[in-house]
Amino acid sequence: MAVNKSYVRFDWLMIFMYIALVSMGWINIYSASLSDAAKGFFDFDQIYGKQMIWIGLSVIIIIFVLAIESKFYERFASIIYIASLASLVGLFIFGKTIAGATSWYDFGGISIQPSEFVKATTALALAKYVSDIQTNMQDLKNQIVAFIILALPAILIILQPDPGSALIYAAFVFPLYREGLHGVYLLLGLFAVMLFISTLAFGAVWAAVGVILLAGIHFYRNRKKRPNIIKYVLIVTTCVAFAFSVSYIFNNVFKQHHRDRFNIVLGKEVDARGIGYNTHQSEIAISNGGWLGKGWTQGTQTKGNFVPEQHTDYIFSTVGEEWGFLGSMIVVLLFVGLITRIIYRAEKQKNQFGRVYGYSVAAILFFHFFVNIGMVTGIFPTVGIPLPFFSYGGSALWGFTILLFIFVKLDGSNYYYA
Amino acid sequence: MRKIVLVALVLFSGVLFAARLFYLQIYDASSDSLSQNSAIKVMYDYPQRGYMFDRNNKLLVSNQPSYDVMVIPKDVKPLDTLEFCGLLKITKEEFKEILRKARVYSPRLPSVVLPQLNKADYASLSEKMYKYQGFYIQRRSLREYQVNHSSNVMGYIAEVNNAIIEKNPYYQMGELIGTAGVEKEYEDVLRGIKGVKYIQRDRFNRDIGPYKDGIFDTLPERGNDIQLTIDATLQKYGEELMIHKRGGIVAIEPETGEILALITAPSYDPSLLVGRDRSKNFTKLWYDTIGKPLYDRVLMGEYPPGSPFKTLTALVGLQEKVVDTLDKFYCYHGYRYGNRILGCHNHPTPLAMVGGIANSCNAYFCNVYKRIIDKYPTPQEGIDAWRKDLMSFGLGDFLGYDLPSGKRGNIPTSKYYNKIHDFPAHNWNTLATISNAIGQGEVLLTPMQMANFTAAIANRGYYYTPHIIKNIIGPDTIPKKFKEKHYTAIDQENFKPVIEGMYQVYERGTASSIKVPGIAVCGKTGTAENFTKINGKRVQLTDHSIFVAFAPKDNPKIAIAVFVENGYWGSRWAGRIAGLMIEKYLKGEITRTDMEKYVLEGSLEAEYAKPYSGQPFSINH
Repeated sequence: MAVNKSYVRFDWLMIFMYIALVSMGWINIYSASLSDAAKGFFDFDQIYGKQMIWIGLSVIIIIFVLAIESKFYERFASIIYIASLASLVGLFIFGKTIAGATSWYDFGGISIQPSEFVKATTALALAKYVSDIQTNMQDLKNQIVAFIILALPAILIILQPDPGSALIYAAFVFPLYREGLHGVYLLLGLFAVMLFISTLAFGAVWAAVGVILLAGIHFYRNRKKRPNIIKYVLIVTTCVAFAFSVSYIFNNVFKQHHRDRFNIVLGKEVDARGIGYNTHQSEIAISNGGWLGKGWTQGTQTKGNFVPEQHTDYIFSTVGEEWGFLGSMIVVLLFVGLITRIIYRAEKQKNQFGRVYGYSVAAILFFHFFVNIGMVTGIFPTVGIPLPFFSYGGSALWGFTILLFIFVKLDGSNYYYA
Repeated sequence: MRKIVLVALVLFSGVLFAARLFYLQIYDASSDSLSQNSAIKVMYDYPQRGYMFDRNNKLLVSNQPSYDVMVIPKDVKPLDTLEFCGLLKITKEEFKEILRKARVYSPRLPSVVLPQLNKADYASLSEKMYKYQGFYIQRRSLREYQVNHSSNVMGYIAEVNNAIIEKNPYYQMGELIGTAGVEKEYEDVLRGIKGVKYIQRDRFNRDIGPYKDGIFDTLPERGNDIQLTIDATLQKYGEELMIHKRGGIVAIEPETGEILALITAPSYDPSLLVGRDRSKNFTKLWYDTIGKPLYDRVLMGEYPPGSPFKTLTALVGLQEKVVDTLDKFYCYHGYRYGNRILGCHNHPTPLAMVGGIANSCNAYFCNVYKRIIDKYPTPQEGIDAWRKDLMSFGLGDFLGYDLPSGKRGNIPTSKYYNKIHDFPAHNWNTLATISNAIGQGEVLLTPMQMANFTAAIANRGYYYTPHIIKNIIGPDTIPKKFKEKHYTAIDQENFKPVIEGMYQVYERGTASSIKVPGIAVCGKTGTAENFTKINGKRVQLTDHSIFVAFAPKDNPKIAIAVFVENGYWGSRWAGRIAGLMIEKYLKGEITRTDMEKYVLEGSLEAEYAKPYSGQPFSINH
């Protein structure tokens, strides 16, 4: 009897939060991209008009994703994954270069960025591999395979080069940890990301100095336990070697346009206005908001286009200026709510595949949310990745929509297996 | 553990962002104001400053347009510095220094490059301004003085400094504010309200229209005109009489407390402090530490009042009922106490009150003073009772008039004497303070306070707080406090003998040689000893010449105090000047032209040069 009901038991709370975020995103894209040439809400020459089309198409995508039998995703995960890797490889032949990165396919005026979809396909492949009955995440061989599944798309994306998008794959450490990966990897992964970013931001020498200092402080604080000094030397040597090899590859293997991309993403863009201009302008815009904001389309910084990339990566500064503390908090709470809801539902999954996939979705959304708002509010250095559901862009919106709704489908079908 | 790590991180990031947003948007919202916003250009429209008129509606000061070259340092683009400096008539080095200072003040807010261009300079500059990005010309209104006197009354305006800007956010760099005199006191009334326009700009600093369609924009509001109580004719005449002398004149209308004339000498032409030479002229005035033209002697100078103070001693004596008008005291060429003598000049003796005032007998007043103090069990109580009576004349404290400078003067307290005599280790008695009886010793008054107590005597027992504002045109008001009577501690009937004495000063006393024909004047001469230090040695200088008077005796129209530094004796300069001023004010013309000529041409410059030339001072004995 439960069979008939199973297809309608989608998690409406998740869907509602998705709708809320996408609508609020559009409202703010409208304000950030409003110009004198605009001819009303449905002017499809304008950025906000195009976003309206992407949102409309998302609805169709959602229907497709939900219509497909949920077993399909598990069964065909590997094939989908391989096909998506092929689309990344194909970029090196057919790709279109925008702002130095060959990340796009051009379909008669509409550009598609495959890396936005690969997040979902990688999540499927990883879920499939990890949920295999023979896979044990405490086993080194399995760990290496899982690592390769993640590293392949990440390397292909770095080569585009789009380091910001590649960084996202670090998020998969969370589902792996959930499935039994040793906690050290979590810390190692975090540390590697930090070391990677600080090497590029401050140079290998400073990164090495930082590592040595940290190790020194740790050694000093634990000196009573008589720690093994050789361990420290080994770790420090590895880290320093890592930093210098990152630096060497960056400076000697990469071409200038690759380096420029990294620098743009890290906010080191060679710009007359100097480092930190984006973040500074973004902070000013957010400060302007106060409690309740300046009102929709009334933000002075937004109107004056002071914040670069405001409709994409910096969209949250518009929220801050025009909707104030109240509006910003609503957005933050929606993200926190959506992500925790996904984790909650993932834990409820009856099969491991659904759980790993759900965790992957939550981790990816969390990573975007954390890095993006951290950057816009000036807590973290600049790393150019979009705010899910909010930022302008068809590929990103569709990518996140597919990512989320596959889980909605898996979650909804869960009852079927029960 | 494995289940909660990600949830914990998500919740932690939510809290982190909430805290960061709270910090940015609520706690540290300093960049919230429109003027601090880089997307908004603020343009000011300066109103005309209010005019000043004298009591007879004669225009004293109006406005003229002036043009300031301003700069917003962050908008400056590379420019032809040499050509621009040529237009501004400054050197390249000066220009660089100005720009550096402007940048230090604020890269975003406007600073003045060159203030107060005249119309001709403005014309030649304005057509080339388009070449110089970041620079613009701000029109302002500057003062145009219609008279060459009253500079100490009107005061002046000057550019605001950083201290003012920090205290009062209304003002921006380069704006003008009243910094002395009426300009300062009535700044809020005179300045009006500047208009402001907010222009929305994009990131290339291009104007993209009024911010929010101009709903925050305001129109400038012209300042209010004000009418002063000054009589321009009398003020001008007084300043002429004081040429080559130092000191001041204060004339008050007793029945209202209005200040008819407020003259300090030496003074300066107010027009000196307008235009491009302002800073040069101001520096010259500022560094004249001998003549001190910027120092208002009538408000700031604390002098020993000398004999005019005897009228107050008499009044307090009568009020304390320690002396009767008919009590006579002998004068033994002075007042002898112990083995000391406080000398006096030749005059008939013994004298009662009227004669005592008329002849300014020191011995008489020393006796009265001793009785006042000794009425009380201890000299401490005596001094404080005496002080209380005097304070009711507005002495020993700020009077509360509407000019921004002033001094308290000094009416000593018992504490003061306790301290200098180291009481209770050493005792002191009335005789230690006996000089107070004749306005010497520790007593100090400003000429303004002297004029005020004279007005109180003229009114037989009350005064109005002296004031310079007659009317604020528009709201047609003046502060209420200037319409309140202040009663002295002295009963009305006690004034009669004192006024009679002051009348007799002219009839048969110390001013009988300088009578004012046809006017019943009551006055009192004063000759005050004074000292200074020259090369660390205390030296007695030539006596000050002091005079207070009011006229006519009944229904007085003018009360006046004149102070001439080192003017030998009371009737020599101050008495003559007082008489001329009274006649000028009441009759409009001078009958004793010989005396007028004597005063106008007389000079004390040689006297003032003595501390530097080393010539001896002439002391009255």
